[in-house]
Amino acid sequence: MMTASLINTLSAPLAMAPESQGPAAHLEHLVSHVGTGPGWVLLIPFLPLLGCALCGIYAFTGVKSKLPAWTTVGLLAIAFIATLSMFMGYDGEPYTVQAFEWFNLHYGERSFIANFSFFIDKLTILWMLFVTGLATLIALYASEYMAHDQGMGYCRFFAAFNLFVFSMACLVMGDNLIMLYLGWEGVGLCSYLLIGYFYKKPDAVAAAKKAFIVNRIGDLGLALGIYLTFVHFGTVQYAELFSSDKLHGYISAAAVGDFSMIPSQAQWIALLMMIGAFGKSAQFPLYVWLPDAMEGPTPVSALIHAATMVTAGVYLIARMYPVFLVSEHALPTVAWIGTITAVLAATIGMAQFDIKRIMAYSTVSQLGYMFAGLGLLTTTGAAFHVLTHAFFKALLFLACGAVMHGFAGQLDLRKLSGVAWMKGWGIVGVTMLVGCMNLAGLPYITSGFYSKDMILAEAFITPGYAVIGWILVATAILTAYYTFRVYFRVFVGPQHAEPGDEYHEELAEERVKAEHEEEDHGHHHFHPHAPGWAINAVLIVLAVASMLAIALAYIDKAEHYGWVGSMVAESTASFHSPYAAEAHHAHVDHVAPHAVAGPVGTAAPGTVFGMDAHNAMILISGIGAIVGVLIAAFLHGPKGWQGLFLGNRERADTTRMDAVARRAGPLPRWAENKWFVDEFYHAVLVTPLRVISHIFHWIDKLLIDGLVNIFGFLPRVFAWIIRPSQSGVLQGYAVSMAGGLAVILFVVLVFVVRAGGGA
Amino acid sequence: MMETLSALTGLMAPAQLAFPEEVAGSVLAPYLLVSASMFVIGLIGFLTRKNMIIMFLCTELMFQAAGLALIAFGRHHLGADGQTFVIFVLCVAAAEAAMALALVVLLFRHRETLGASAWKELNG
Repeated sequence: MMTASLINTLSAPLAMAPESQGPAAHLEHLVSHVGTGPGWVLLIPFLPLLGCALCGIYAFTGVKSKLPAWTTVGLLAIAFIATLSMFMGYDGEPYTVQAFEWFNLHYGERSFIANFSFFIDKLTILWMLFVTGLATLIALYASEYMAHDQGMGYCRFFAAFNLFVFSMACLVMGDNLIMLYLGWEGVGLCSYLLIGYFYKKPDAVAAAKKAFIVNRIGDLGLALGIYLTFVHFGTVQYAELFSSDKLHGYISAAAVGDFSMIPSQAQWIALLMMIGAFGKSAQFPLYVWLPDAMEGPTPVSALIHAATMVTAGVYLIARMYPVFLVSEHALPTVAWIGTITAVLAATIGMAQFDIKRIMAYSTVSQLGYMFAGLGLLTTTGAAFHVLTHAFFKALLFLACGAVMHGFAGQLDLRKLSGVAWMKGWGIVGVTMLVGCMNLAGLPYITSGFYSKDMILAEAFITPGYAVIGWILVATAILTAYYTFRVYFRVFVGPQHAEPGDEYHEELAEERVKAEHEEEDHGHHHFHPHAPGWAINAVLIVLAVASMLAIALAYIDKAEHYGWVGSMVAESTASFHSPYAAEAHHAHVDHVAPHAVAGPVGTAAPGTVFGMDAHNAMILISGIGAIVGVLIAAFLHGPKGWQGLFLGNRERADTTRMDAVARRAGPLPRWAENKWFVDEFYHAVLVTPLRVISHIFHWIDKLLIDGLVNIFGFLPRVFAWIIRPSQSGVLQGYAVSMAGGLAVILFVVLVFVVRAGGGA
Repeated sequence: MMETLSALTGLMAPAQLAFPEEVAGSVLAPYLLVSASMFVIGLIGFLTRKNMIIMFLCTELMFQAAGLALIAFGRHHLGADGQTFVIFVLCVAAAEAAMALALVVLLFRHRETLGASAWKELNG
């Protein structure tokens, strides 16, 4: 929980706004001249939509070839090129491109306008670059990975894949919150469809439903946040929202730390949107769906559940950063939730045996870093980590996917060893090593190091957040450990492989081969099939891209802390804590801080052990990463140089860790069981809901249906009583008519006589 | 009264000239007695006879009893309404007679009898 002091630390940096330019001046400048952009920008969202339609047509016409994959790769590549030219042609002024008019309602003084149009600024471009780029590469990878399912399933996969890219484009490029919500729900739908791709597998179906339902909880928050935005600011369009005087007034108030001036309605917007971000980006209370989402095909895990969709929460907060700044509790909460998520997921990841799940928990953990970065006022750090993480985590997932594909679904690290030494697996081994080094954050030689360092340094610079800093450093050690645990066990050491549970499908052809090679092998043996050119090519490209991303840290370093900083600086997410500016000032001599809150007045530069925070962080996190790797080598590494001369593993399934785990008591088992969070949710939420729904089921059946049935039954009872009077005897009817007439006459006569008696 | 009538003579149509005088209450009573008798005879006939044609004739009797009462009252009040109404009733009765007799013929073809009790199974 937050304490008052932590809240104050947030308001403090804002308090140092310069007199010359208001705190919102930068924002004002950014969104005051929103022009109209070139129409070809529309290609970026609509080409994937075309791809989706084409794949649907292929499905109905029964295409059995790899045509859907090549269509997807081609269209996404064009979309990527369009994004690149959008990046090249950007001249510093944000612009909008309208596809068509969507909502345009006017009532009284107010209006509700949300067009199907796209808002392009540098944040959008940054996100779209890696979304379309990675989508192209992963589609190429999937063309080979999904080849066993060619036909209907292949079309279905690529249709959903394209729809995902379209939705993601709507989410990121939309010029209003309604577009963002459309994309948000769209990616949720595609995530559901693709997790449940193997719909005959009960686990996959359950995981898909879990992901969908947990995301709905977050989406409710986002929907309410958008609603409240409209109620309070009267608009859902970014350009209008960020240039509204109301918001600028709030930012000015927040800059002097006076949150009492800001109505709580405005402060709630950020808190509600935050819940949406937690759901989509798998943060602490709502993270449980992401590890289960690994039931989907690996390309999906790589693209949707590691690189792009799960960063939508980070994007939301970055895009709405001015709104988050005016909320007293939102950003501290984001920082703490991110930190808790990072450490919790890392501890779970340490104890898992399924390599894809380890990567999933690692994703949750790294997303925690990004949220901590956002909460610590370094949108640049968060965005940089999003970018580097997108590349190296996609790489890791795809390398794990190649292993899974080649070893008939085997993912258990106790049953695989020395994969890198097997014939045809060299590229996977090397690229996996690159990915692992990036995730572990080995100093200077990996891009993951620079982005993580930026967030860690920020934690130490910002007063009151050193606790977060230390927790994140500890998590970095854990990260290095669990990452290299996978590498040392699966990719190096003595060669050993047991096929996974998809083995039986290949059994028949395997037997034939075994009989053929009987003389050579003696008995029939499992043959993994090495990845083909598409998988290898994508892995190499991603590995190279991960390494090249190091350069981004040095481009424009002096002014904006790297290329990503320069991208963020020209967007609504632009904000740097003055502490960072000051510390940076000490680090780099010539500095021109470009912060919303402006340059710094009196704040002391953040120091750790008497050193400049950035330098100290390079030291601490660098040493931490190396220590983590060494621990992994000692506990899991094979004998000899492959285990850095520390390990003693000789078989796939026995390591020093076993002895350590025995001594550690129940802790490793608890961690393997994910700290029983799922069980806790099951007991506290799922079971009561199930009981309540059973109760309501019977109420519905007995009370509601009962009432309706009674009203249906009553006329039947009445009819049953009077039915005998219709006897079929004609004279009977006549008698009753005559009798009735007589009664009426009698009554009338009595009445007339009474009335007439007086007259 | 006569002066008024003769004064109006020039203006009235010949048919209305022949319009009779109002009947007194004492003159009305026998008409109504006859009407009531006819109605009761018809009713009793309808209730007691089994032959469908006879029953139908009895309903006609009741019809005409009502018609007679209407004409009597019309004359009593010196209005044309009663007679007009009876003309309508006669028209309806004629149409109804055609329908009813046709129905009776059809029913007879089914059961080879005119007894109403032959159709007893048309019960609820």
